Amino acid sequence: MIRLRGIHRVFPVGEEKVHALRDVSLSVAPGEYLSIMGPSGSGKSTLLNIIGLLDRPDEGVYSIDGEDVTAFGDEEQSRVRREKIGFVFQFFHLVPRLTATENVELPLVLAGVPPGERAPAVARLLGEFGMSHRAQHRPDQLSGGERQRVAIARAMVMQPTAILADEPTGNLDQSTGKDVINLLEGVNARGVALVLVTHDPALGERARRRVRMIDGRIESDSGASEAR
Amino acid sequence: MRGGDVVRFGWRSLSSHRARTLLMVLAMAIGSASVVVLTSLGEGARRYVRDQFEALGTNLIVVFPGRAETSGGMGGVLSGRTPRDLTLDDALSLLQIRGVTSVMPLNLVAGEIWHSGRRRDIPVVGSTSELQHLWHLSMAQGHFLEAQDPRRAIPVCVIGSKVRDELFGTGPAVGEWVRIGDRRFRVVGVLAPKGQFVGLDIDELAIIPVTSAQMVFNLQSLLRVAIEVERHEDVKPVRDEVLKTLARRHDGEEDVTVVTEDAVASTFDKILLALTLAIGGIGSISLAVAGILIMNVMLVAVSQRTGEIGLLKAIGASPLQIRLLFIAEAAMLSAVGGVAGLAIGQAGSLAIRWIYPELPAYAPVWAVAASLGVALVTGILFSLLPARRAARLEAAAALARR
Ligand SMILES: Nc1ncnc2c1ncn2[C@@H]1O[C@H](COP(=O)(O)OP(=O)(O)O)[C@@H](O)[C@H]1O
Ligand SMILES: [Mg+2]
Repeated sequence: MIRLRGIHRVFPVGEEKVHALRDVSLSVAPGEYLSIMGPSGSGKSTLLNIIGLLDRPDEGVYSIDGEDVTAFGDEEQSRVRREKIGFVFQFFHLVPRLTATENVELPLVLAGVPPGERAPAVARLLGEFGMSHRAQHRPDQLSGGERQRVAIARAMVMQPTAILADEPTGNLDQSTGKDVINLLEGVNARGVALVLVTHDPALGERARRRVRMIDGRIESDSGASEAR
Repeated sequence: MRGGDVVRFGWRSLSSHRARTLLMVLAMAIGSASVVVLTSLGEGARRYVRDQFEALGTNLIVVFPGRAETSGGMGGVLSGRTPRDLTLDDALSLLQIRGVTSVMPLNLVAGEIWHSGRRRDIPVVGSTSELQHLWHLSMAQGHFLEAQDPRRAIPVCVIGSKVRDELFGTGPAVGEWVRIGDRRFRVVGVLAPKGQFVGLDIDELAIIPVTSAQMVFNLQSLLRVAIEVERHEDVKPVRDEVLKTLARRHDGEEDVTVVTEDAVASTFDKILLALTLAIGGIGSISLAVAGILIMNVMLVAVSQRTGEIGLLKAIGASPLQIRLLFIAEAAMLSAVGGVAGLAIGQAGSLAIRWIYPELPAYAPVWAVAASLGVALVTGILFSLLPARRAARLEAAAALARR
């Protein structure tokens, strides 16, 4: 369970201050499917980064499963991130020198999982995502859609409670984008919460719950479960 | 994260940037190779000198005429005063001292040797039969000076192998007569080739009885007297007794310099060790330069790899792990560079030994260990700053870029 309360994030840009997030409160229930839409610069990525513990709010309280993670130090935050969060990015962010298998394996390597346990988990995931035949290929030998599949497999390999996807189709053509969304929805169907940032309304509308952001605020939230 | 995985990850990263990696390995290798080569030169010089002293025997006391102003000096030569003569009788009187097994008076003069119109300028040594044993001389033909009363001037000589070649060619030398100075000497032996020894080319000299030398060259004083002592423990008491005996003979004046070989050897040893350390230190400056290069290249690498670092953070790498990954890369670079440098350095010392066979240029073990250690430490030390920068990187900002 993800709970944000009164989150502010201000970036100093020269003399000015950019309010990327203004008093944002949001809860995401386990297994929920949520899309965040809004114009460019409205704070979607900033919100996702704070949820994923890649950034810290200037104000407000954030808790995961009842634990106040804003109070955690860097080392502890990275542990939470490793165990509970999976990221998917617009630009895939695969390590170019590593094969698909090695890229998917990376979170397990960082977590210190022994090689013998890593291999079957990675092979199984690549198989589920239809990427077995590409297991030994490096990113530059893969198409955009294949890269994103590898990235999703990597996000899933630690069995997180939530997947945070920031414009995962932003760099893909429409049909490949659809495939990727289908894949993510399939993951969500297995009980992993999915937070999908997109500015494609057609994709955003597919989510059960839709959040709209404008100028750092949540303008509308179709999820009635939000309790203040 | 497991140790093996850290190494593997670093290895993949290093091998995917070949040129950069090779550059840094090369810098490290040059640094540690120069430490190895320089210290092996210094150590070679040290061993060379020590071996020369050891060749002289360890139970040796050498007496020079004249008083040295500083200990370990070379007699009157340094004091600037004309020393009182050290005579053959002085030398022979030392045979009375208990523990002395032999006394070897020595003169050394630049002279000339003639045979049937051919002339050679050579050093002429005046000494006794003991010289053969003392200098480890072996004979190619004939025999050495025979044991006899050193006061007798007998017209015999022993010549070096080159002198033989130049004066006699392929003809027989032993039994022939030569002229040294204005006197005739019969060649009784030819020395086996030996090359440089105690600063002399053994192949290019002539040895005649000490009294003959004093007559031919009109010498009053000996150049030095070597005294051989039966047991090493006797060196000190005999040394004191030598001083006393000679003072008695010289009207109570202590006007000779007595040098025990230990003192000279250890002085040389200290000087050359200091020299080795100094040039080894100079070599490690190049290691530090390599370290700075590694730091610079790694700082650039960190800014080029922001995306990767951001990603590692996003998938759960802690700041400590990121630091560790970068430090491990530097350590691997340095280790590979250091080992490559050792190999190059050892090859260099081998080349030196090949070119100068008389110089035992082996890098001392401590220098090999130190150069590897310094390579590792500098590599790690200079990677701390880039590693810290990587660990502090803003992951969110890094990931926003493609
Ligand atoms: N690291 C940063 N430094 C300064 N300003 C930033 C930074 N990150 C985001 N911003 C600003 O915050 C606002 C929200 O950005 P972002 O969350 O990326 O929007 P979105 O993802 O909705 O397009 C923008 O005005 C952006 O310029
Ligand atoms: Mg964005």
